[in-house]
Amino acid sequence: MNTVPKGDRRLALSNLGFAYAAFLIGTLCGLLQVFIRNDALTLPSWLDYYQVLTAHGLLLAIVFTTFFIFAFFQSGMSRTLGAFGPRVLLWNWIGFWVTSIGTLLVVVMVISGQASVLYTFYAPLQAHGLFYVGLALFVIGTWIQGFALVGHYIVWRKQNKGELSPLFAFMTVATVILWVIACLGVVATVLFQFIPWAFGWTEGINVELSRSLFWYFGHPLVYFWLLPAYMAWYVVVPKIIGGRVFSDSLARLSFVLFILFSIPVGFHHQLTEPGIASFWKFLQTVLTFMVIIPSLMTAFSMFATFELRGRELGGKGLFGWVTKLPWRDVRFTSIFIAMAFFIPGGAGGIINASFQMNEVIHNTLWVVGHFHITVGTPVAMTFFGLTFWLIPHLTGRRFTKTLQKLAFLQIGTWSVGMLLMSTAQHLLGLLGAPRRTAYTGYAHEDAQAWFEGVLSNHVTMAVGGSILFLSAVLLIFIVVQLWWLAPKADESTFMQFPIAESDASSTPKFLENWKIWIGIAFILIALAYTIPLSDIIQHAPPGSGRFQTW
Amino acid sequence: MHLHKYEKIWLAFGVFALIIFLSVVGVSAFHQGNTPSGGHMTIDPEKVRETAPFNEPGLHKKEDGTYEVSMIAMAFGYDPAKLQVPAGEEITFTLTSEDVTHSFSIVGTNVNMMAVPGQINHRTHTFDEPGSYLVVCNEYCGSGHHFMSTEIEVIQQ
Ligand code: HEM
Ligand SMILES: [Cu+2]
Ligand SMILES: [Cu+2]
Repeated sequence: MNTVPKGDRRLALSNLGFAYAAFLIGTLCGLLQVFIRNDALTLPSWLDYYQVLTAHGLLLAIVFTTFFIFAFFQSGMSRTLGAFGPRVLLWNWIGFWVTSIGTLLVVVMVISGQASVLYTFYAPLQAHGLFYVGLALFVIGTWIQGFALVGHYIVWRKQNKGELSPLFAFMTVATVILWVIACLGVVATVLFQFIPWAFGWTEGINVELSRSLFWYFGHPLVYFWLLPAYMAWYVVVPKIIGGRVFSDSLARLSFVLFILFSIPVGFHHQLTEPGIASFWKFLQTVLTFMVIIPSLMTAFSMFATFELRGRELGGKGLFGWVTKLPWRDVRFTSIFIAMAFFIPGGAGGIINASFQMNEVIHNTLWVVGHFHITVGTPVAMTFFGLTFWLIPHLTGRRFTKTLQKLAFLQIGTWSVGMLLMSTAQHLLGLLGAPRRTAYTGYAHEDAQAWFEGVLSNHVTMAVGGSILFLSAVLLIFIVVQLWWLAPKADESTFMQFPIAESDASSTPKFLENWKIWIGIAFILIALAYTIPLSDIIQHAPPGSGRFQTW
Repeated sequence: MHLHKYEKIWLAFGVFALIIFLSVVGVSAFHQGNTPSGGHMTIDPEKVRETAPFNEPGLHKKEDGTYEVSMIAMAFGYDPAKLQVPAGEEITFTLTSEDVTHSFSIVGTNVNMMAVPGQINHRTHTFDEPGSYLVVCNEYCGSGHHFMSTEIEVIQQ
């Protein structure tokens, strides 16, 4: 009965399985963190806070997201462009194994205590060389999977000469292009700086260069998480509510703009450090702000789709359509809440990027609050919403009434937990509480205040974190049910991959001319980076040695 | 490409907001001189203590009457460990690291800067109120990161 080709199904499920295993361990680390920071828990001597924090950042922000994204891409590409051929399938599997081996290598190094360098691995902290090898394999594996998907797309375009590809495929290719260009930075620093230095083949490392190359990658990484969520918003949600894509051309244009304006902006993570002239920091601040335009376009499209559908269903008056939306459908509600979280998230992002305002919050707990209400909620909760039908779609099981109720409980608790935890983190950050510290009891009255507020309090953070962890366990329970235990679906209850209709008849062809966009992207990158990077290289101080301070 | 009328209004509003935001940031930066900490001097990270001004860490009065504090960040503390500075005077903090990356962040002020090995960072600040200020390292630097803090006494002259 299941219409998904067996090979494609197994591939996507393998990625999903990996994603949720990482999710479970990662959120457990999060739970430990809130209690350690609150002085309510002391770790055994063989385990260290920063080891736990490294695992948390890597497993959730990198491993969970990436594996989930590829599962989503693979099932969607198979659905919209047809079943994978044997070569596409083979290369996808090779990519999957390379990514997995890389991940395992990294995890082993972290567990064995040789890589407590956090997921940003700033030089000259030096982890075991194999940690960096693992990172390199991880990236290379994702490239192989990405290129395999592009290969599938190229085959389709050859067979459908002159046609625009389906929106889902277009967006997948855009995201893969963004990812590959972004990774050039991290690949360069890992291969040419970290690995030779960690194995002792070179003496010193140019720290400022490694930081700049890292952030050239680190910011678009955020868009690699976000664009798949946007794909769900643009393509999947309209179908779930019974509507259409609001405008095919605007959807494509916004993705193109995200490629252009998410890469040449990494300096906005380095505003408070030396080695980069103010002018270049400012230029990248300006480019950072450009991303407001595609973000507003996306917001408009979403609400236009909702309103059109609500009115179709008989919603009257200015806001009557709101009540007509399918709030009882958790596949919709989860994603709607995810979008709502993105509003304060985006506003916080503007604050972070604002040249001078950055000094107020740079590296404080505010930043941690910020990415929990951007990646930890809009992205992660969109993924939860997708999980509720993606697993049944792949396993041919039913998302039963009971499971739907549990799903509501899951997203409800996740929202409440995040609201408590991230509000506390934002406020503590404004009061100057630093991030990435195992301990918060500095002997000073300014620090005592961090325990006194109603919301700006480490206890509030721990309460939020505990609710979050319960929610995560509930999600894993739902995943297991949908995977192995729920009743099998029949013809009438089988969950199709929801793809909304998108009218591409008036979409200009040049939007799918990748040569133009990749070309412009490289021009912008060259403008923003050539001079400051060559400055950093030419005026390099003697390199830094190797330090293991944990 | 077709654009809906409301979408045009919405995007015009967006572009307008963008221009306002960037003008505010730009005027503040280039007209009023509010730029975040930074610097363009490099240093041999292994010879920090032999290189001026870090050969004499601490408070110095400069010829123009303003003050400079030269400060070394290291795992897991700062040199000088105790610091007294005058209230109401302009003070330039000059910072570097002799090992890994750290930060020097004075709680309750906008002084928040990174100490990157090989690079020298600057930030100017005037303390209006006397009192004791907490300084923390907010860039992960190892197992003692959370012990890396100090206090600055600001005294009325
Ligand atoms: C049970 C749910 C979660 C809890 C309790 C939790 C808790 C925390 C806490 C307390 C920190 C701050 C640690 C510090 O600065 O010392 C943190 C950091 C972080 N969290 Fe979470 N979190 C959760 C879920 C997530 C999710 C779903 C994501 C992303 C998909 C995420 C991504 C991160 C990242 C990237 C960091 C920064 C790591 C670093 O600074 O190196 N967290 N988390
Ligand atoms: Cu430090
Ligand atoms: Cu530190």
